[in-house]
Amino acid sequence: MLRSARRLSAACAAGVLAVTLAACAQSARDDGAAQGGAGATGGTLVFGVPGAPDNFDPLFAQDGETFRPARQMFDTLITYKQGTSDLEPGLALEWTPSADFTEWTFKLREGVKFHDGTDFNAEAVCFNFNRWLNLPNAAAQAQAIYYSDTFEGFASNQASATGTPVYNSCSAPDPATAVVTLNKAKGAFPAAFGLTSLSMSSPAALQQYNADQVEQSGEAFTYGPYATEHPTGTGPFKFESYDRTANVITLARNDDYWGEKAKVDKLIFKVIPDANARKQELQAGTIDGYDYPAPADWESLKSGGFDVLVRPVFNILYLGINQKNNPALQDIRVRQAIAYATDRESLVRNQLPEGAVVATQFLPATVDGYAADLQPIPYDPEKAKQLLAEAGQSNLTVNFYYPTEVTRPYMPDPVNIFTALQENLRQAGITVNAVPQPWNGGYLDSITANGVHDLHLLGWTGDYNDAGNFVGTFFGRNKPEFGITDTALFQEVGAADATVDPTAHAAAYEQVNRDLMTKYLPAVPLSSSPPAIVVRDNISGVIPSPLTDERFYTVSKG
Amino acid sequence: MLRFVLRRLLQVIPTLLLLSLLVFAWLRSLPGGPASAFLGDRATPERIAELNRVLGLDQPIFVQYGRFLGRVLAGDFGVSTITGQPVLAEIGRALPATVELSVTALVIAVGLGIPLGYLAAQHRGRPLDVATVIGTLVGVAVPVFFLGYLLKAFFAVELGWFPPSGRQAVDVDATNVTGFAVLDGLLTREFDASLDALDHLVLPAITLATIPLAVIVRITRASVLDVLGSDFVRTANSKGLTPGTVRSRHVLRNALLPVSTTIGLQVGLLLAGAVLTEKVFVWGGIGTLLADSITLKDYPRLQALLLLGALVYVLVNLLVDLSYAIIDPRVRLS
Repeated sequence: MLRSARRLSAACAAGVLAVTLAACAQSARDDGAAQGGAGATGGTLVFGVPGAPDNFDPLFAQDGETFRPARQMFDTLITYKQGTSDLEPGLALEWTPSADFTEWTFKLREGVKFHDGTDFNAEAVCFNFNRWLNLPNAAAQAQAIYYSDTFEGFASNQASATGTPVYNSCSAPDPATAVVTLNKAKGAFPAAFGLTSLSMSSPAALQQYNADQVEQSGEAFTYGPYATEHPTGTGPFKFESYDRTANVITLARNDDYWGEKAKVDKLIFKVIPDANARKQELQAGTIDGYDYPAPADWESLKSGGFDVLVRPVFNILYLGINQKNNPALQDIRVRQAIAYATDRESLVRNQLPEGAVVATQFLPATVDGYAADLQPIPYDPEKAKQLLAEAGQSNLTVNFYYPTEVTRPYMPDPVNIFTALQENLRQAGITVNAVPQPWNGGYLDSITANGVHDLHLLGWTGDYNDAGNFVGTFFGRNKPEFGITDTALFQEVGAADATVDPTAHAAAYEQVNRDLMTKYLPAVPLSSSPPAIVVRDNISGVIPSPLTDERFYTVSKG
Repeated sequence: MLRFVLRRLLQVIPTLLLLSLLVFAWLRSLPGGPASAFLGDRATPERIAELNRVLGLDQPIFVQYGRFLGRVLAGDFGVSTITGQPVLAEIGRALPATVELSVTALVIAVGLGIPLGYLAAQHRGRPLDVATVIGTLVGVAVPVFFLGYLLKAFFAVELGWFPPSGRQAVDVDATNVTGFAVLDGLLTREFDASLDALDHLVLPAITLATIPLAVIVRITRASVLDVLGSDFVRTANSKGLTPGTVRSRHVLRNALLPVSTTIGLQVGLLLAGAVLTEKVFVWGGIGTLLADSITLKDYPRLQALLLLGALVYVLVNLLVDLSYAIIDPRVRLS
């Protein structure tokens, strides 16, 4: 008995000790939080993000979480005015196209230095353009997705890019002037020059740290030290560390930045994949803000004293229609019936966050080329039934694919959106076979590669202000996603993209948008939804960007 | 004994080979793949095909398996498709986190479970016993993720006593020696780092410990009650031994035998529970690696985790067989 009592006492003592130690740590934590790491300096801003970056070389980035730290460390020649998708000077003060839009002359800022102390000048600009063109192997080219999208080819095409490169050459007549010559004009320019993937890197660092050393290893890619440990740009923050165990990225202020210096000393991105866990970290005071609060949490966060900053909408959600898989869907009356059956007002009101709007076409209103005269197709189930009857499809059955295990900025809750649409279609007399598939567990393959569906849900967040970035992506060519056989649409989109004069380019796309909704209707645009950012009330200067292109140098801790 | 051990170790080789083939084929039979997971809504048929080609995923499966086997036999489990980092290094970084969490949870479960079970049995039918029985029922029934969120909401968000997630605060300057955050702080005399790590450990460890704690309490209680009613205890009492001697020498010792077996079983369950606990508390251990790898179709990482897990399982089984022979001479190793 005595021995067991002694054991019990020891166990209790251990428990008390653990709680005491934890309480001490709690006290220390409280002290730290109260100081906020601030004082005489700008302090440390800790921002919760949903995912880790693939690497730190913006050329090999293709997702928002990889772009986020890169945007703080790098600059582009042209950039987007904060809070908008409008262009403004970045590292280039001016950019002038030749008459045929195949030669772009950039007047550069002077006195700008990369983080390694080397000069940014026209030679550096040309070095970067030539590096992109001359990526050496299939692994590197396969990773440079935005470059190959924009410039269509490499000096020696090793991967899927098979075209002649749009980029031809670059010259540096003087240190402050870079002239980029293209093989053909393209309507995406100048907006595409602002893509984060086309950021300017230090030539010295690129060479020293084997930036192009992307290799295939087994079933994955490995990157050179430049992309993992030594990203070197001209931006307001410098790379300090990436703790892969704690999943924390630390950037330090660049005191030699050419523009407005960052207000905080350190910027930490803490990877917290779960939105609920991010919310609890914010509420507990261990982070200063986070991205993508769940729309269902917006109100409670606001009432909890946090600032929910809603971004301007810059995305589109659509109900996709695959004409190849189901012959009934090749009849435009059937596709129109689906559009009339869809109660988009109710969808936006009940399923999407504050700030969401009904889409009248396949791009948001802020993009040049938006046709303002287009009206939304009204919700009219009777008209839908009538059109189906005219088409001889009163007993239409469709396989409706929708994704699970995912939220996207344009689609916060796919299951609820599907359920609402399914009910709409049922009321119009359309039988829906529901086919849920996990986003990474077959959905994307089914939709984008195999085209085995009839209807599906998908969307797009724009990269820059150009209608081609939306409409051209969807309908510029035949894709298994839509199974369109009418090549007239592709030709019309191609002609609009090739129209390079900005005013004519926008007008051509306005007409494409009108024709898409009245003549082709290859899918049904549903909505545009704004994702949000949330920060503590002592954080100021966050400017929500429609392009999710927030720059943290403007942010300060109160 | 030596021959037995060698034979068993040799048996491990075909077992792992067969398993590697099954894991390899199973992963590739699942819908989706690393290419579409990597590309997300930027996936096009051309890009998916191109990435599959560059990564060799368009080759016949036996060719892929042959390459994989060749690399594994050379000790190379490949590189994560998510991070581009060597898989073994990632597992090496994550393992201490899971071990630290699981061991702490086990210590809590055993340290509290045996005394509580013993006390409940001694006070059979009285309020302490009733409360313990009800408490353990709840403990066994409550889902780990629900309890985790509940504890976080109350102790981290409402009261602010503990941090809600992670292993260490971002502003703590800690030196990594062994990967065990609490231990590293002690070894390097960075006591603030150690305290901070302990602070982070409390809620996840309690969450993970709840189910094994409840099980151990119930088994201990039942076992003690069983032993209390046995003949040898009656004999010991009738010999005139003091109640204390009877309980400590006869009751507790015999009652703990089934409890030991239960604790052994709970170790496996703890590792399974760690996956959910790590998810809730963003713990960054093996469970997190496994969950991320499944979501993002990281074949190399999944293959390594499943094969190493199987290896550990096979070796632990061997150790258990050996320990039986040592504990009970009647067991013949053959």
